[in-house]
Amino acid sequence: MSGQTLFDKLWASHAIRTEDDGTSLLWVDRHLLTEGSHHAFGKLAERGLELAEPSLTFAVADHYVPTRTQLKAQWNADSRRMIDTLERNAARHGLRHFGPADPRQGIAHVIGPEQGLTLPGLLIVCGDSHTSTHGAFGTLGLGIGATEVAHVMATQTIRVVRPKTLRIRFDGMLGPGVGAKDMALAWIAQIGADGARGHAIEYAGDAVTALSMEGRMTLCNLSIEGGARLGMVAPDAITIAYVEGRTYAPAGPHWDAAVREWTELRSDEDADFDAELVLQAGDIAPFVTWGTSPDDALPITACLPDPATLPADKAEKVREALDYMGLEAGRPLAGTPVDQVFIGSCANGRIEDLRLAARVLESRKACVPGLVSPGSSLVKAQAEAEGLDRVFREAGLEWAGSGCSMCVGMNGDIVAPGKRCAATSNRNFRGRQGPGARTHLMSPAMAAAAAVTGELTDARQLLEDRL
Amino acid sequence: MKSGWTTHRGIAVALPIEGINTDQLMPARFMSTPRDQGYAKYLLHDLRRDSGGELAPDFPLNRPEAGDASILVARRNFGGGSSREAAVYALVDAGIRAVIAPSFGDIFAGNAANNGLLAAQVTEQDAGRLLAALESAPAPADVDLEGGSITIRDLRVAFNVDEVRRLKIINNWDDIDLTRNHSAQIAAYRKRLQITRPWVFPRD
Repeated sequence: MSGQTLFDKLWASHAIRTEDDGTSLLWVDRHLLTEGSHHAFGKLAERGLELAEPSLTFAVADHYVPTRTQLKAQWNADSRRMIDTLERNAARHGLRHFGPADPRQGIAHVIGPEQGLTLPGLLIVCGDSHTSTHGAFGTLGLGIGATEVAHVMATQTIRVVRPKTLRIRFDGMLGPGVGAKDMALAWIAQIGADGARGHAIEYAGDAVTALSMEGRMTLCNLSIEGGARLGMVAPDAITIAYVEGRTYAPAGPHWDAAVREWTELRSDEDADFDAELVLQAGDIAPFVTWGTSPDDALPITACLPDPATLPADKAEKVREALDYMGLEAGRPLAGTPVDQVFIGSCANGRIEDLRLAARVLESRKACVPGLVSPGSSLVKAQAEAEGLDRVFREAGLEWAGSGCSMCVGMNGDIVAPGKRCAATSNRNFRGRQGPGARTHLMSPAMAAAAAVTGELTDARQLLEDRL
Repeated sequence: MKSGWTTHRGIAVALPIEGINTDQLMPARFMSTPRDQGYAKYLLHDLRRDSGGELAPDFPLNRPEAGDASILVARRNFGGGSSREAAVYALVDAGIRAVIAPSFGDIFAGNAANNGLLAAQVTEQDAGRLLAALESAPAPADVDLEGGSITIRDLRVAFNVDEVRRLKIINNWDDIDLTRNHSAQIAAYRKRLQITRPWVFPRD
């Protein structure tokens, strides 16, 4: 009999019962709520139900939080209503709530790990697809819909059909100036935006274990962009060092017990995965998306696809994407002019991301405008303590508050119609950053390089002697 | 949706587009709207309009014959991306009962079943056949949820839907009710967790 995968072990440890139809009822260790929870709170109220486990439920305002002013009087009506509603619901149910004025406020997927709420071996859910981010800790991170959010609120459990397992292995080491974002876009480009559909991913290999926690979070964050249910990295010494001493993390004897368990938490040598994908890390160049789906991604050294050379069923989609993006078929990707940059989001809004972008921008000027929105208020404070805000400001970029910001535009930070944005976020869908907006996804180094040159640029050229 | 269903007859419309994600189904900027105001008007709001903001007359859902559509046939990876259940609300509020496609975003498929919306998976080839049958105009179609098939005129195509979701739609099951039947088992799990893995509970 073959061994168990990390996923098998976590699934087994959370299964309360399994139905004949294959659905398992799983225990939820942490439930993160954002402003979108209003639908679920409504469902709960309709049925007159209370929250089952308020002490395992944490609320944070992120999607609607204005990043350019803390003055509530200047917020738009949507932001005010959504943020107030969350605050009211959190107060009514006695939840810990990180509101806009809280120094710990930030994007749910940034503050969970930051506060020590995200721990190896847990199951974390949130009504947001990028909950896969938490998998970086060896955690089941499931994005769920509003009906499921209400179910978790009422029962602290979730009913899930067991996904299959997929191991994505990155052999060898990344070259300088190449990072987790490039790894993510590389595998998604290879197998498609629905290539990992129905699967739980475990990322493995030397290039993965060499990543910092920030890098692992970026990699796991984009799991959903390849269609996966979740993505994970087995915990190791890097994970444990990151978690130790954080506000809500275990301490004393509980810490010792936890570490003993986490040290064993990995796939067995002889574990079987339903599918496996192997990439050579050394071959990965900085990636950029050119189209309207995350799998429309290419190395910066490549040329845009040409529908004329593609089979009819592929050509149509490429033609439409190029048309929406205002790009010419077959042209080199590098040198494409951009109108603005966005650095932030749950994909790349952590301190290392800002350090890397600042390294490119140090003593240089941006020739296009840009918005830098740290992933949390604590990341912001840390960046300011390190003088990174000064680098961004002196380069001519706007240093803003934390939130989902221009990744999804719900707080009013949007890209104007037809404008082209070099963004460190995770979705390049039509209109994602605002109606008619054109988004190119890339790493923080690449976005910073685009700011400096005003066009899509191989960041490695600007990082020479700076790494 | 107030009750479950097993068969449905309605107008089917072809949306021959790949990767219609939930951002397209329900653009983010409308998501602060209370549900009771209805989400039908937001369904595919931007995709069905031209750059000037006018409804594009040749977009399939904008054609007059598509006015009463309740079945959509699309290409692969329908409903990928954001977990927003509002995408399903927009479809349901617009009267859509079934979406037929070669593949669906996992979260979307779960959200759909939780709202009585069928996300029926067909092969690429069968999706092509259905799209061809609807190419010239929307047409009446019969969805048989128990038998797992959709019929348009003389074309009958089998579809797959996860068994749990099929039963949920047929019986209009509510997960909270189902789970609350097991509350003793949940309580026992929690108690055991506190003893065997107390570190799981957040320090305060």
